[in-house]
Amino acid sequence: MTPTYYIVLSVILFTLGAVGVLVRRNAVVMFMCVELMLNAANLSLVTFSRVHGNLQGQVMAFFVMVVAAAEVVVGLAIIVTIFRSRRSASVDEASLLKF
Amino acid sequence: MPAIALLSTIETGETITFWICGALAVMGALGMLLSRKAVHSALWIALTMINLACLYMAQGAIFLGMVQIIVYTGAVMMLFLFVLMLVGVDSSDSLVETIKGQRLTALLVGLAFAVMLVGVLGRIVFADAGVDQANAVYGGNVQGLAALIFNRYLLAFEVTSALLITAAIGAMILAFRERFEPKLSQADLSKERFLADEHPGALPPPGGYARHNAVDTPALLPDGSLAENSVPASLKARGSIRPIQTSLTNEVSQLAAGHGSIEGEELL
Repeated sequence: MTPTYYIVLSVILFTLGAVGVLVRRNAVVMFMCVELMLNAANLSLVTFSRVHGNLQGQVMAFFVMVVAAAEVVVGLAIIVTIFRSRRSASVDEASLLKF
Repeated sequence: MPAIALLSTIETGETITFWICGALAVMGALGMLLSRKAVHSALWIALTMINLACLYMAQGAIFLGMVQIIVYTGAVMMLFLFVLMLVGVDSSDSLVETIKGQRLTALLVGLAFAVMLVGVLGRIVFADAGVDQANAVYGGNVQGLAALIFNRYLLAFEVTSALLITAAIGAMILAFRERFEPKLSQADLSKERFLADEHPGALPPPGGYARHNAVDTPALLPDGSLAENSVPASLKARGSIRPIQTSLTNEVSQLAAGHGSIEGEELL
């Protein structure tokens, strides 16, 4: 089992996440796609850790997880706030900076 | 010889794990991308995340695998589901393309991106040192990670604590809503209902038929059309309203119009 397989899987998942961000219009689903991209990056970090035979990559993946958790909390709070003011979670609706 | 045999067993086990979990992870990602309802997307991506946790563990990252399950599938995805509950289950995607040809372009760009990366990365021959040795230095994966985080990356670790506190305070401030007007009492709501132009009384009950009388069955109006407000709006939003046979409604509307018959008898 060479690490190449894991890297290719990571590329596939990252691409699906990126396409999702471009295609989907629901803010919550777009956010899930961003999470998928972060997860794909984590998989490649864990694989690189194995390639190099040390734990640095896993520490990086750990920090990515912490930052992702913080990002999810703030992002979802923003989505809830936007939904409150305009009763929609679609990104097409929020086309103005104010009102 | 036994050592080599053991190694090959581990290799086979990892290969099987990879193909099962990898396929399920890609399936989950595709399901998330393709399902119309946001709740289904959330459940699909939870599947992807669990399978990624298995792949982490297959590569010797035991701690990260557990953290992936607890933090991502346990906390983050459930937070997503809570927000979907707040935002409403009917918040499905609109199919309207705001920019013409955007979907096709996005797909093509994604495909080109994947082909480019796979083409480049597939050519590289990666070393396969394995983390077993690195894990064994401090007696295990968790101990090894702890030694790194609390020595070399201590400052970064402290900064993440500041980040988490900031995120928590930020979420509280964003989600906080100040009440500018007094809370409406039951009397106020009643007055509002009577002043509004709509029907102030109770809504019509669901239809009672020979075989169905549940809340998801719309009632029929005298002219044979469906009484839209006889079923809850949330069921309508979810799309789980029981369809009424059109032959039945046609028959009722014909009776209402004065022609048609019941059991073969001519109507007066």
